[in-house]
Amino acid sequence: MSEEFTTVNGSAWRHVEVGRVILINKGDYAGKLAAIVEIIDHKRVLIDGPVSGVPRQALPLAQATLTPIVIKLPRGARTGTTAKKWAEAGVDEIWAKSAWAQKIKNREIRWGLTDFERFQVLILKKQRRYEVKKTLAKAKRSA
Amino acid sequence: MGRLQEYEVIGRHLPTETDPTPKLYRLHIFAPNVVVAKSRYWYFMKQLRKVKKSTGEIVSLKVISEKRPTKVKNFGIWIRYDSRSGTHNMYKEYRDLSRTAAVESLYQDMAARHRARFRSIHILKVVELEKSDDVRRQYIKQLLTPGLKFPLPHRVIKSKKIFSPSRPSTFY
Repeated sequence: MSEEFTTVNGSAWRHVEVGRVILINKGDYAGKLAAIVEIIDHKRVLIDGPVSGVPRQALPLAQATLTPIVIKLPRGARTGTTAKKWAEAGVDEIWAKSAWAQKIKNREIRWGLTDFERFQVLILKKQRRYEVKKTLAKAKRSA
Repeated sequence: MGRLQEYEVIGRHLPTETDPTPKLYRLHIFAPNVVVAKSRYWYFMKQLRKVKKSTGEIVSLKVISEKRPTKVKNFGIWIRYDSRSGTHNMYKEYRDLSRTAAVESLYQDMAARHRARFRSIHILKVVELEKSDDVRRQYIKQLLTPGLKFPLPHRVIKSKKIFSPSRPSTFY
């Protein structure tokens, strides 16, 4: 027997926990962020999003997506405390910078485009592709 | 049964010559509407006292709303229910935001586990368990662990589309 041990790392799941920021994906507040304030049971949580305009309510976890952001909150924190901790942690800034938020934003922009704007996108993408191809061919030839 | 509400119903026997000032009886009734609440009041009163709808009157009926509907509470509920073979008493616990929500989940739970209908369940008492030591059932106790957290390891995300170009991922 060798004395070597392997270290087993736990998987990096996002946990349902107090202070976890979630993205609501269904209902009146779809697309908004809120923080988990308390766990009601294995399927439902109490959420509060005073900064993002989500009133304190129970939400089934099936209607939420967990984000990587966790803020420090006491269990069952009231709306005022949640707002304060939310601002302290800078959740909105972290979220705005994330690739996930960017993707959602871009998708919304693309949905709102008119027919002509979609055509412009097509042309611009064509031009970009052409430039990339040109430089790649040049690099290949010189190599 | 639709969404339940808690009613406080007060009623009494009609005044008679022998008893000009009959005693008032107050019951807390969980019912979907006023009509059912009154009906249930007479149902229980008939069993408990010698009064019925034709010899009695309802003095007051009011809705009791939850005092703090955004606080998570643990409730203990005592019930009596008629199964297919007999009558049983039961004590169950629920974790919810309001008394009515707890009672609603009780009816769902009883329907699921025992095929018991609304008509075969009597709610005897609904009590908020303020101390976690008062919680008796393991299925509620497990939710009171300090620093509780758990992952959502398997999720089926339902697509509205009929066809999908890729297999669904349940990784989350």
